[in-house]
This record gives sequence, C-alpha cells and structure tokens, in this order.
Amino acid sequence: MSELTLSVTPPDTDRVARAARQAARVRRWGWWYQAEWRLFSMKAYLSSVFGWAVLVPLLYVLAMGVGLGALVDGRSGGIDGVPYLTFVAPGLLVSTAVMSFSNEMMFPVMSGFKWQELYFARAATSGSAGQVAIAELVAVTIRSLGESAIFWVVLISLGATSGGLSALMIPIGALSGLALGAPIAAYSATLANEGFQFSMIQRFVLNPMFLFAGTFYPLATMPVYLQWIGWISPMWHGTQLARALSFGLPLSGAEIAFHLGFLIVAAATGCALTIRNFRRRLTK
Amino acid sequence: MPVIEAHALTKTYGELNAVDGIDFEVAPGESFGLLGPNGAGKSTAMRMIGGTSLRTSGTLLVNGLDPETHGPEVRASLGVVPQTDNLDPELKARDNLLMYGRYFGLPYSYLRPKADELLEFAQLTDKAAEKVDNLSGGMKRRLTIARSLINDPSVLLLDEPTTGLDPQARHILWDRLFRLKETGVTLIVTTHFMDEAEQLCDRLVVMDHGRIVAEGSPASLIRQYSTREVLELRFGSERNAALVDRLRGFATRIEALPDRVLLYAEDGEESLAAVRRDGLEPVTSLVRRSSLEDVFLRLTGRSLVE
Amino acid sequence: MSATTVRPVGGGVRGWFAANSSGNVRAVVERGFRVVGSQNWAIIVSGFFEPVLYLLSMGYGVGALVGDVTGPGGHPITYAAFIAPALLATSAMNGALYDSTWNVFFKLRFAKLYQGMLATSLGPLDVAAGEIFMALFRGLLYAIGFTAVIAALGLATSWWALAMIPVALLIALGFASLGMAVTSYFTTFQQMDWINIVLLPMFLFSATLFPISAFPEAVQWFIMALPLWHGVELMRQLSVGHFEASTAVHLTYFVALSVLGIAFTTRRLRSLFLR
Repeated sequence: MSELTLSVTPPDTDRVARAARQAARVRRWGWWYQAEWRLFSMKAYLSSVFGWAVLVPLLYVLAMGVGLGALVDGRSGGIDGVPYLTFVAPGLLVSTAVMSFSNEMMFPVMSGFKWQELYFARAATSGSAGQVAIAELVAVTIRSLGESAIFWVVLISLGATSGGLSALMIPIGALSGLALGAPIAAYSATLANEGFQFSMIQRFVLNPMFLFAGTFYPLATMPVYLQWIGWISPMWHGTQLARALSFGLPLSGAEIAFHLGFLIVAAATGCALTIRNFRRRLTK
Repeated sequence: MPVIEAHALTKTYGELNAVDGIDFEVAPGESFGLLGPNGAGKSTAMRMIGGTSLRTSGTLLVNGLDPETHGPEVRASLGVVPQTDNLDPELKARDNLLMYGRYFGLPYSYLRPKADELLEFAQLTDKAAEKVDNLSGGMKRRLTIARSLINDPSVLLLDEPTTGLDPQARHILWDRLFRLKETGVTLIVTTHFMDEAEQLCDRLVVMDHGRIVAEGSPASLIRQYSTREVLELRFGSERNAALVDRLRGFATRIEALPDRVLLYAEDGEESLAAVRRDGLEPVTSLVRRSSLEDVFLRLTGRSLVE
Repeated sequence: MSATTVRPVGGGVRGWFAANSSGNVRAVVERGFRVVGSQNWAIIVSGFFEPVLYLLSMGYGVGALVGDVTGPGGHPITYAAFIAPALLATSAMNGALYDSTWNVFFKLRFAKLYQGMLATSLGPLDVAAGEIFMALFRGLLYAIGFTAVIAALGLATSWWALAMIPVALLIALGFASLGMAVTSYFTTFQQMDWINIVLLPMFLFSATLFPISAFPEAVQWFIMALPLWHGVELMRQLSVGHFEASTAVHLTYFVALSVLGIAFTTRRLRSLFLR
C-alpha cells in the first residue's frame, strides 16, 4: 500500500476559463447550435422531403389547373378576374406550408419529449430549455422557407404565377406556417401521452381550415355563418396576402396590415407559449 | 422423446449468419440455458423454436413436430416470454391475459379464473383494470410472464426474462420459475446474467457468432474451462502488464487486464502466498471461486460485441 | 400432447393451411372489437367527418362556381351529387389502406403486437384475415354514415344508392388485401411514404373532383387503368341508378383486384409475419 501515493489534481484554471468561454458562447448562440442539430437530423430524409416538396405542387397544379380549372373557367370564366389556376395557386402554397409546418410540430415534438427524449438530452448540454424551443421553431421555419421556395419555383415554371413580387409568397408561406405551427407546438409540449389529440387537430383544425378557409374559392362564397373559419385561420390571412403578391388581388392598406398583423401576432404568441411550455416541461 | 431436437439449425439474414448450424437437444422437464453475448443468435434460435422465424436450413422438431409446418400445434404447448415486452397497449392488464388465451382458442370459462390466478401470481391483482401503458417496467415484465402461462405450457421459452428487473423482482421470478420446473415444465432460458444461468439451468450451451462453443452443466463448464478459484491482483494500472511474466509460474492460466491481473488456480490463497514469497506486494488482492462469468468471458472474449 | 392427435404433415393447400392457421380468426376479431369498445369514440366518429367536410366544402363552394355537370348517362347533376359518390369510394380506399398498411406496419414493427399474437396458436393467416375483417367493419360503419349523409342532402336519386354500402366494402377489400401484400416489402417508415405518393395523385386524378375529359387521351387511359377510377365510376352510377356495360367492367375489376390481392397477400404472408 505504501507505494501508492494519492495525488490531488490542482484546480485547472485553464479548464475553468474554457468552460466559462464556452458557456458564454452557448448562452448567445445555443439556439442556433441546436437548430443546426435538428436540420442535420432532417438530412436523413431529405430526399423524401424534397420529393414531396416538388411533387405536391406539381400534382395540385395539374389537378386544379388543368382538371378542375377547365371546369370552373368553362362555367364562370375564372375567379377575381384571373383563371382558376392563378386564383388557387397562392392558396395551395400557403395551405401546404401551414399543413407541413403543423405536422412537424405534432409527433416530432411529442417524440422529443417522450419517445426519444432528445429535448432532455439537449437541455442537459450547456443550452437552456428556452433555446431548445427556439431551435425547434427556427429549424422548422427554415425548412418551411425551403419548401415554399420549391413550391414557388414549380408555380413559376408552370405559369401559375409570375412577377418579382410573387417571390414574397415564400416568407408569407413560412410565416403562416409559424402562425399555426407555433401554437400547436405549445400545445404538443403539454401532452403527456399521445392518445388521439393529433388526429383531432388534423381532422378538426387542419382539414376544415384547408377546406373552408377560402383556398379553393373566395371566402365570400361561403355562407356568413361559416366565414369565421377563415377569419381565425392563418391559412386565409396568408392566402389573401399571397394572392395580392401573386396576381395583384386588390387589397387596401388596412387589409394588408390586418392580415400581416394577424399572422405576426399569432406567430409571436405561439412562440412565446412554446418557449414557456418547453421551459416548464424540461425543468420540471 | 426430446422436447426439442435441432440439427444443423441455420438462419441467415442476407450475409449474416445469425444462427450457424447448431445442434442441441432438450429433454422433458430439463431447464436449458442459451448463453451468449448480444448478437450471438440466442433470440433467433428461440424464435425459430416457436415457428415465428423461418429457418434457412437444418431440421428442428418441437414435441416431435416441425414448427414451420405445424406452427399452431407446436405453439399450443409453448409459453413465450420475448426479450422486449410486446403487451397489447390497447387492452387493459387483465384483458391482455384473456385475449392472449383466446388466441389459443381457450374458452372464457377456463380463462377468467386462470387470468385472476395469474394476476395473483404476478402480484398484479390490483392493476387488473389498468391500461398497459400505465404499468411500470417491472410490472409489464411480470404481466408478460403471467401471459406466457395462460395456456399451461409444457415448454416455457424465456428470452432474457429478468433484464431490467430489480433484485427483489428477480428473486421472486426465479422462485416462480423453479416451482414451474418442479411441476415438470421444460424451461429454455436465454440470458447474459451468469448468476441467473447458475440459478436456473441444469444444462447450458454458450453461443458466439451463431455457433455453439461449449455445452454442459454450469459446474462442468467451470471445471472444464476454468480453475476452482481465481486470484485477482492489482498492482496499479502501469505495472499490471509488466508483471505478467513474473507471475506466470503461480497459476494454471493468467490474464492481464488494464486494471488487474487474474490468476486462475486451484487454490487461490496458496498462489497469493507464493506471489508474496516472491517479493511482490499487490495493492489489493482478492481470492474468489471461479464462476460461470469466467467461463463466459474466456469463451466469448472480453471485447465488446455490438 | 401426443403425436397421434396431430394432423399429418401434408403438402398442398391443406398443409399450407395447417402451417399458417389454427382456424381461430375469431379471436383476432374479438380483440379488435374489444379495442373498438374501449377506444375513445371521438376518434371513431371523427373519421366519419373527413369525407363530409370535403363534400360540404367542395360540393357547395366549388359547386357555386361550377353549377351542374354531366353525370352518368349524360344526365346533368349538381356538382355536389357528382363528387359525393366519388368521396365515398375514396374514403373506402383510404380507410382500408390505412388499416392494412400503416396500422399493420406499426403493430408489426413498433408495437410488436403481432409478435405476441404469433407466439400463440394463431398463424399468420388468422392474423391477416382478422385484421382485414376489422378494416372492413370500420369501412362498413363509415359507408353507412356517409351514405346516410348523401341521402339526407338529397344527393342520391335512386334506391340503388343503398348498394353503395356493399360496394364500398368490395372496394375496401380490394385495397386492403393489396395494401397488406405491399406492406410486406417495407422495412422503414420512410418507405411507407411511397403509399402516399401513389394515393395523392390517384385521389386527385381519378375523376373524383372533375371529369377526366380535360386530359389528353393517353393520360385518360392511364387513369382508367387505376383502381380508384373504377370505384368512383361504379359508385357514381349506383348513386343515380344508371347502369351500362361499363358497370359490369367496374365491378369485375374490383372482384378481380380482391381475388388477386388476397392471393398476393397469402403468398407474402410468411415474408410479412415470419422473418
């Protein structure tokens, strides 16, 4: 025993300083490091995401433009003074963005807390619980921008939209997605068990919005007692803005401000609630 | 007639030989262990016995029947405890037992009292109406084991039955399994807990890379592949390896690990005395009985198997 | 168990059945009903709303822009009456495919439910037949509900519309048997996406929401080879009680699809369940 000397490691000042520097960097940029992580994990199914992003607009434009469009244009000579395809295209871009964003905020968020517990792994690094939430929203917003950009390219190349302003539909699509996706993320973060809530959101929130929020025909066509579905739906507000950008649907300044304001307020509230709920759950 | 007869049993997945031509027999009432590291082919062998995995070649008879052509008959007398619990998450605890019994075509008049008896056996009576999702890991395991007994099987296949259980639950389970064995049930157990194998198995085979590398009773395997005792010496991580040559004379076999040196010897104390007489003073020393774990590590190596 | 009570090892059809079935499909169905009974009824009822929402939105919204369209036999019908039977066919397809693909895949790979079932006397045939039966049962509920909605909205003009219910089951059987066979080739969730890649265009183009006459002839022939188109046309003819030679073709198509699908699934049964 005598030959064994126990050496006490002296406090490693370098190490302490390095940890402090790292922590400072993470406090500032942690949300981005984690968003990178999430985007990186999407790479595994990038080809499928990309394929869908191209296929969906292609199919819808062909079906709605050529098929249903022939029927509508033949009978009523288009809507709002433009061919049916031109009318429906911005709505399809926005509603696809909203649906896709919302889906990313349901099972994947639940899985981060429950099945894979990735959020807990991230919160165990130098990053904070709030950063986990921000990272999630940022990463999916970036993905949504990419998907909307692909959608826009398909629309341009098939002649469903034109002009430089129409490119602004890309951020409008992502913003509309965030305006519904963020509140959904806040809700998903509170769920302990997946029973049926996500199917309910799909069936009673997303589908009715897609079908009744003026995507396929002007909201005014609906009876007044159904128009509220459009008013409370980010899809309709986004779609109206996208129509103005895509084919010059005449909107007054007040209308533009109202639509944009609705989306921004919904997105901001959703993000704040998401951060709060993530923080509660991760520090419980 | 043996309960199980396997000859040249083989299962390949693409390039991988999961089970590579193994032969074994299990006698009625015997409790038989399959030992081996992860990926050795134990679970695949178990699934072939139940006919739920189709073999690539070789022959296999369970109670004299081929599970591939007589799956339903073969499984009627089997109880299966899979490695991961696969309880029906959409059913309550007691309903899991009832429905499982129905799959065997058993009548409710038999199943109702049987299910209650098994819940009692698994100490889950007060959880009968609970959804499976709300049970703890240990409770789920016990329910799975209870479920495997619903058809009064003559052969019980247990794939790592106690992994994830706490020591209390493990000992209760061993006790229950021992009682089943006393009633003549044949047990086939895979495990990588050596104490479990020593507790439960009359006879066992050690598998590695799909092959059987050793066979015998726990005691005979220890006799054959190890010495009666093992002397563990620690000299500090820098010196262990350097001293191997000097220690060689004091043991039948010697193994240098990063943190300690193992001397396999018939009498550990005597070897330790000899080492000290030679002027070596280890930091710590330990004399213990040789165990199945020593046999296992010798046969399947110390490197990690992924 | 003594060897004398056991059926002899046989080749051929009898041997195949002995190896893959204990004849106890009933137990699998029983389990299905027990789950349905304890399930949240909101989920089951909500499934019924999907086609209804489509019908109300497209039927009356787009209908206001389009007016009447040409129905079976060249008779004009309202746009809502045009798409209603098509939506019934589509929902029969979607329900059956969901049950036989995603649902089977999940229970096989993740819940490991079938692993448990197959450790009993049940054979793969019992499990497959039981699951298809349950899919048809759910399909039956939805078909009855949706047909009632169609009738209540005055969109069905013939008693033949009642025949849409059994035909919905036939459509479901065709897709369910095919879907289960296809699922046997999948190993990851990403591959399951392929099912949607087939479904979405089939839904959009099979004369569900608009006549296919707007497309070039070659495209029309392609669409007419797809199963959903036959289902849609058949339903549409039933809804107004108009029959022609094509009715028999559509019906034959689905009978043939079901027979082939079942044969295909039977062949793939062991690859699906016994790996």
